[in-house]
Amino acid sequence: MIAMIAKRFASAIPSLIGVIIVTFVISHTLPGDPAAYFAGPSATAESIAETRARLGLDQPLPIQFLTYVGDLVQGDMGRSFNSGQPVLTDLARRLPASFELTLYALVFAIVVAVPLGLWAAVNPGSWIDHLCRGTVTAAAAFPSFFTALVLIFVFYYKLGWAPSPIGRLAIYFPIPPSVTGFLTIDAVLAGDLATARAALGQLILPAISLGLFALAPLARMTRASMIGVLGSDFITTARAEGLPRRTVLWTYGFRNALLPVVNILGMIFSFLLGANVLIEQVFGWPGIGSYAVEAVLTSDYAAIQGFVVMMAVLYILLNLGVDILNMIVDPRVRYDD
Amino acid sequence: MSISATVRTLGLSTLIASTAALPAIAQSREDVIIAVGEQGPNSLDTQTPTSNDYTRLVALHVYDRLVKHGVKTLDDGTRVYNKDEVLPELATNWEISEDGTELTFHLRENATFHDGSPVEAKDVKWSFDRAVEAGGFPLIQMGAGSMTEPDQFEAVDEHTFRIRVPDGNKLALPDLTTPIPIVINSDLALEHATEDDPWATEWLANNTAGGGAYDVVRWTPGNEIVFQRNDDWKNGDLPAMQMVVYRQIASAGTRRALLESKDADVSVGLPPKDFAELAESDAVKVVGVPKQSAIVNLEMNVNMPPFDNPKVREAMAYAIPYDAIMSDAFYGRAAPMYGADPDADYPVAWPAKSPYQTDLKKAKALLTEAGYPDGFESTIYLDLSRATTYEPMALLIQQNLAKIGVDVTVEKVPGSNWFSKMLEKSMPMAVTSFHAWLDWPEYHFYWTYFGANNSVFNVASQEDDELDAMIQKARFEADASAYDDNIRGITDRVMTTLPKIPVVQDYMDVAMQNDIEGYVYWFHTFLDFRTISRAE
Repeated sequence: MIAMIAKRFASAIPSLIGVIIVTFVISHTLPGDPAAYFAGPSATAESIAETRARLGLDQPLPIQFLTYVGDLVQGDMGRSFNSGQPVLTDLARRLPASFELTLYALVFAIVVAVPLGLWAAVNPGSWIDHLCRGTVTAAAAFPSFFTALVLIFVFYYKLGWAPSPIGRLAIYFPIPPSVTGFLTIDAVLAGDLATARAALGQLILPAISLGLFALAPLARMTRASMIGVLGSDFITTARAEGLPRRTVLWTYGFRNALLPVVNILGMIFSFLLGANVLIEQVFGWPGIGSYAVEAVLTSDYAAIQGFVVMMAVLYILLNLGVDILNMIVDPRVRYDD
Repeated sequence: MSISATVRTLGLSTLIASTAALPAIAQSREDVIIAVGEQGPNSLDTQTPTSNDYTRLVALHVYDRLVKHGVKTLDDGTRVYNKDEVLPELATNWEISEDGTELTFHLRENATFHDGSPVEAKDVKWSFDRAVEAGGFPLIQMGAGSMTEPDQFEAVDEHTFRIRVPDGNKLALPDLTTPIPIVINSDLALEHATEDDPWATEWLANNTAGGGAYDVVRWTPGNEIVFQRNDDWKNGDLPAMQMVVYRQIASAGTRRALLESKDADVSVGLPPKDFAELAESDAVKVVGVPKQSAIVNLEMNVNMPPFDNPKVREAMAYAIPYDAIMSDAFYGRAAPMYGADPDADYPVAWPAKSPYQTDLKKAKALLTEAGYPDGFESTIYLDLSRATTYEPMALLIQQNLAKIGVDVTVEKVPGSNWFSKMLEKSMPMAVTSFHAWLDWPEYHFYWTYFGANNSVFNVASQEDDELDAMIQKARFEADASAYDDNIRGITDRVMTTLPKIPVVQDYMDVAMQNDIEGYVYWFHTFLDFRTISRAE
């Protein structure tokens, strides 16, 4: 197992190097001159040249790249122009916010999509199947920021059930000491249930808006996989042997149908982490998505590169996690050859 | 920065965050103002070239200036700053020599910084030196008052500070009210200065060392900044609000919803359509003031054909659908800058209304006269970050120009690229704007029409020696009536040569709850929370 993990890590290194080179080249060839932008209003050609020199942007690209890689090896991702902070600090501060939101969204999506998909698979062609298809299509058809705005309009503005969409925690609650970075968990650890409840309240609408996005692939995958499994020989055999319907569906059917679902969970998680960009904008969520958008709009090189490198690392780790999970779910899966 | 330093920073920020539980500081919601806006500061230090505009908001509240402007009430009850009145802030009184070259300030003797240490002239000297040594925008802003060298500043004694302005620039005193020449606690800052960083820019970017009415208790870049009142403030009336929370919410729709649900007290930076709708309703109040010395133009590059022909530029001035732009792009949240009586004198102020109105027949005739009876093709560029208003404006112009055979495409430039695009002077037509902190027409002209410095804002590449001479004369004209004639002359000249066609003067709009009082429009357009209060 450990050898397999090490092997997977080693195989990730070339892709990581590729990612670093490609992001560097792309972000530096995009139009936009950060020096001109940050020299600010009333800039003159001289003050822009001065700013450019200060930011090290007057060096030839290869030199800028070498400097960048050298710093990166030491854990220095450079400084964001927008926040004025080291990129690593920014990402470390914002990642838990996005992670928490994405995780809750994923939980919501699983809780809704998996039963829906299973139910539809067990009764293909029935009204439940149509309901599943309808829900999934509707959820996938609306852009997530639109769903988010509608949810805010209905549940916050009209009904007043949801708290104000002002970020992770309403202004009045103390921020719990950081242990996991997840406010809901940290607050419980600190014994502050009121804050935990408030943080959970802030999460509901954005998590649903984001989760709806993942409903479609999850429900479809569950349904298709379950239908496939139910049609296979061993289920027919199990049925023929007169095993109880419960045992056939859950012990033999469900467990086998879960495999492809678990497989795409990792992908969906990383996909959601990237997709919450607009959700974060709408809910004032201080995560990495809104950070990346801001960085792209202002040609904040260091921040863009930091974001992409971090996402690449996350993808690699998530895929590894999924592989390990796969081996647990399906003993037939082995990666050691 | 190394990993260990990053870990230290992280640990520290966690500590600050966890000890700064808000309920312990503020007694009740009544004592707190919650403001929302799209953007926020990228540093706590206004005196660095890379600081963004929102660092001025920090400078304004956390640091004091020597002097401030007074406030006046307009006929409609709106309160705006008074450019002609300069009042004490940190300085209790001051003398200006006859020729305006020497300004001597006497500092308030019992004023203290947040850490309790006294404010002395050496702190002012150090801060002013720092502002001009910083380079970039801080230096340019100091230069607007002809303050560019540290040796112009002198700490005469503990409580006396002197500035020498060799050319007697009249803008030196008003320039001191801007959020650049702020007073920093030099002893505290110097504790954190290093050999490579003698001005403690690293430390001051993330920490404050001021003596202003508020101090920062929590700052999460990109998300939130929280100010707490300094109860020992002596340089003005103690603010009513104990705490100010400014949160960044990127979505304008969410900001509006927060305001309408009364979860936010103040919202800035909504699209004009939202401001217009909110102004109609009674639920919240909207205060809009035309931004001083601000103008939105259609600008043409006078070096690029066909705009090198003045007749073509005049034709464009008659082809713009002004009224439609006012109603459909700005939703009435702007002042028209067109349709002046051609026979009347121009006011001694800028922006001024142009004598042009929409008249397509005239435009067509002028084009024919210029040798373009069948029109031509061109491109209108605009700044993507201002697309909310500028894009509909450009599209309306595009539609009207099509009617006289001029075929233009509209090109949106990302905000990050806009400055370099302006510097290149490569845009044939562009929707441009300029807004100056110092409300003197010649100062505005100096940045937008002055050929000798050909600044980034001279998108038209206008180089007119006669105009330059008039602008230079106005900057140092002592005689009032000669000055007035000169400004009218400049206005007449730019309206005739027309490198830029004035369209509107946009509003600085703020939407707030009905019980919020004391809002004052300032030249820097930021909210000054020091005067904000909540009705009983």
